[in-house]
Amino acid sequence: MAESNKMHLETVIAKDDFASAGEASSKVKKTLTMLGVAPAQIKRISVAMYEAEINAFIHGGGGMAYTDVYPDRVEILIEDHGKGIEDIELAMQEGYSTASEEVRMMGFGAGMGLPNMKNNSDNLTIDSRPGEGTKVRMCFNIGN
Amino acid sequence: MNVTELAEITGGTVLSGRESVGNSISTGYCCDLLSHVMADAPQNCAWMTVLTHTNIIAVAELAGISCIVIPEGIAVPPATLEKADSEQIPVISTVLGSYEISWRLHEALQED
Ligand SMILES: Nc1ncnc2c1ncn2[C@@H]1O[C@H](COP(=O)(O)OP(=O)(O)OP(=O)(O)O)[C@@H](O)[C@H]1O
Ligand SMILES: [Mg+2]
Repeated sequence: MAESNKMHLETVIAKDDFASAGEASSKVKKTLTMLGVAPAQIKRISVAMYEAEINAFIHGGGGMAYTDVYPDRVEILIEDHGKGIEDIELAMQEGYSTASEEVRMMGFGAGMGLPNMKNNSDNLTIDSRPGEGTKVRMCFNIGN
Repeated sequence: MNVTELAEITGGTVLSGRESVGNSISTGYCCDLLSHVMADAPQNCAWMTVLTHTNIIAVAELAGISCIVIPEGIAVPPATLEKADSEQIPVISTVLGSYEISWRLHEALQED
């Protein structure tokens, strides 16, 4: 990867399109692979981003994913304009979930998404307002 | 152990992702909660799940899973198989249950 190389990716997280949920993360994974980022780094970025993307889809009614790749780090912003998170500290707890029965039947709702984001990123910031939406920012140090 | 061999020892059929049947399998993993799969599925595992919707393909691709095994003869929707083909994720269907599949995989891996 060239020192000054900075890649910017923007992907729509489509509302109501279940089949394409996860595609923003897949796109980033493919780009990072192409750029030669170490597999272990790609794995944790993929896991954390997928969780944020799925939350924006399931809980936030869709949104946008922005990814910036720098030589030493990857920054990801996932944004939605859904119902927002009432109590972020509570939402961060393992096992806490407000997922509907319908969504649980599909394997979502373990209440592990936010803990997975925390465990796999070097920095996680959540900015959420009830009724307005949620912004999840994650930073990953990838060395170099 | 690769995907073709796993299909053979479980009497299963590879339904999709046939370009990737040479994917090597180093262990097995059983779980139907996607966030647990993302957190814990080992790289290059065979993932046994009763979930069959399209999102399992994204999970498998992102988590570095070698193949998905659908047990108990559960039908897999065409949309899932289409996505599996485009992401080159092999999906095996077998009538066996997850315990029996795991047992056979374990035995075969011991011999490898
Ligand atoms: N983007 C969002 N908009 C609104 N609420 C959210 C958002 N992200 C998370 N939440 C709230 O935080 C809770 C916990 O999120 P988390 O991702 O940890 O678990 P989950 O999505 O319910 O289940 P899992 O991710 O394990 O499938 C959610 O159930 C939901 O109430
Ligand atoms: Mg979640």
